[in-house]
Amino acid sequence: MADLVILGLSGSLRRDSYNTRLLRAAARELPPGVELRLYDGLREVPPYDEDDDHEAPPAAVTRLRQELSEADGLLIATPEYSHSIPGQLKNALDWAARPAGASALRFLPAAVVGASTGAFGAVWAQAEMRKVLAAAGARVVDGEVALGHAQERFDQDGALIDEEAREQLHEVVELLVDSIRARSTTAVG
Amino acid sequence: MTTAQTTAATTLPVGVWTTDPIHSSLEFSVKHMVVGTFRSQLPDFEATLTAAAEGAALEGVGRVASVVTPEPNLTAHLQSPDFFDAERFPEVTFRSTEITRRGDEITVVGDLSLKGTTGRISLTGTVFGPVVGLGDAERIGMDLTGTFDRTEYGLNWNAPLPKGGFAVGDIVTIGAHLELVRG
Repeated sequence: MADLVILGLSGSLRRDSYNTRLLRAAARELPPGVELRLYDGLREVPPYDEDDDHEAPPAAVTRLRQELSEADGLLIATPEYSHSIPGQLKNALDWAARPAGASALRFLPAAVVGASTGAFGAVWAQAEMRKVLAAAGARVVDGEVALGHAQERFDQDGALIDEEAREQLHEVVELLVDSIRARSTTAVG
Repeated sequence: MTTAQTTAATTLPVGVWTTDPIHSSLEFSVKHMVVGTFRSQLPDFEATLTAAAEGAALEGVGRVASVVTPEPNLTAHLQSPDFFDAERFPEVTFRSTEITRRGDEITVVGDLSLKGTTGRISLTGTVFGPVVGLGDAERIGMDLTGTFDRTEYGLNWNAPLPKGGFAVGDIVTIGAHLELVRG
């Protein structure tokens, strides 16, 4: 059984999503004892409505917050829609970021990567996602994977065939795990 | 430091003096949107002045988790890794290295430790008393102020404004208003 769990959150709902593949590729880079748990409830998260954000929020929101609070870290793989974060992913973060000052994202080590079929690998969406996570109080690690032309970068088993991108992904995963381990050894006085 | 200044530093009343928490405050301010001044406080703090014939020392510690603003989202953001990082660095401390008094004027130079970085800062202000307060406890007061550059301590968050400039100033002004009771 893994001693650390990273929740993998793909911003794409598409069945054959390249970003979901990127998360699976990240799982191959994890050190022993660390598990990547893919979150598969994004489609069910309803639009954020403050009227519903009370002690008994919608079940999909409770599940999202629960999975985040049980995780030691968060790895988001985001596509880029209209030059920014996909609405469904941002919406989930809007739920996850609340209540302010006591949310599951607070101080949670987090990393962001991205894939696109265009040349730029969702760099704008990634930058904005990092801003959103930081504003929610997450401990966002440096490091980026901007996987452009994603349709050409995986083999049939889902492994990254671009060695440079694989190394970048390895580095991001390593930074995230380092941040998680540093947090677990922090003496909170 | 001259001999005369050394002598002046010893003119603080000998004893160990600790903050009255209700009547002391530790505040900080930064410029906001270039033109405004944002003020906040660390209510959970204490300071101790130890004065002896050979010199005096002022030490203080504040808990970052107690930072207060009128807006919960802002409070949470200040506690986050973008700013203080209250989880990893829960305390901010100050330890004087040199105290100089000339009449009512006082200068306290010392080391500010914040977010894992320690730097030398200078606080200046006024010393009051001693006076015998209600309950017969002897009290002295100090109003101290000083500045530091937050980016030197890793509090780097900012946002560019549309026509130049940044949302939050780099220079932080500290204000310590201490009512100290003889122990």
